[in-house]
Amino acid sequence: MDAEKNKYSIIVPTYNERLNIALIVYLIFKHLRDVDFEIIVVDDGSPDGTQEIVKQLQKLYGEDRILLRPRAKKLGLGTAYIHGLKHASGNFVVIMDADLSHHPKYLPSFIKKQLETGASIVTGTRYVTGGGVHGWNLMRKLTSRGANVLAQTLLWPGVSDLTGSFRLYKKSVLEDVISSCVSKGYVFQMEMIVRASRKGYHIEEVPITFVDRVFGSSKLGGSEIVEYLKGLIYLMVTT
Amino acid sequence: MKHVLKLFSLLVVISALWIGLLQASIIPQSHTWLLPIYFIVSLGCYGLLMVGVGLMRFPTCPQEALLLQQDIAEAKDFLKQKGVDVGSD
Repeated sequence: MDAEKNKYSIIVPTYNERLNIALIVYLIFKHLRDVDFEIIVVDDGSPDGTQEIVKQLQKLYGEDRILLRPRAKKLGLGTAYIHGLKHASGNFVVIMDADLSHHPKYLPSFIKKQLETGASIVTGTRYVTGGGVHGWNLMRKLTSRGANVLAQTLLWPGVSDLTGSFRLYKKSVLEDVISSCVSKGYVFQMEMIVRASRKGYHIEEVPITFVDRVFGSSKLGGSEIVEYLKGLIYLMVTT
Repeated sequence: MKHVLKLFSLLVVISALWIGLLQASIIPQSHTWLLPIYFIVSLGCYGLLMVGVGLMRFPTCPQEALLLQQDIAEAKDFLKQKGVDVGSD
């Protein structure tokens, strides 16, 4: 593949990320200097004025580099990606979170890995050497590790980090995989990568660091765990 | 083939081997009857071991939080200069 002709569409779903979206746009431009890319902000009607900030960023960086494609209200992550995909003009698509837990400085390593290996998907993993997590207490780490071992045993997914959402896809591959996924939330991320693995797509991993900035908000109550187990069973039976 | 069917086939193969062992009596029957229990217990221990080892070796990156703060400061400076509103969120 001719590296010069590649264009990367970076889809960033946002909800109340007025400050973070500006920071993330700055960092993306900083780390992707010689790369042809566009940022597609899919904002779900944020009441905090996120869209106004995006318009200011558009004046600064250009409306061809930053696309604002909002929706009326919170409609979920999966549909946000599908919505963003419709407006993507690149042949590659990157999905990442807007809250700076995913740092744009890893974007070059995703791109490099894909060019080196020709992979259809490059997924960021927090759980290998060179990667890591900051901001998790012991309980959170234990739950994460337990969940991962269970998922590896039951699903044989072929990737080390199933719930991660910092990924680079060939556009055609993302379109194919996303059309067959129906789950919500982080189970959706798991379903995407497991379905891709089952379909035989070439998947590579790069280490990433993840700084959890939402301190003290343990999103892992009993109901989250039940949802996770239900998700595992669903994936075992349907993939 | 759906993954659950793959796991099921594996279970069927293992069960067939076990029944074969029971009938062939290479190992004394009393031992053979206990094999499934040994298997399940070993699987459980292996799982716990993987969780424990993984927890001990869990990669952390405390320096990343600091680097992130620096990046945020740098971004705010630049954007403020260029007229983007980066006031408190």
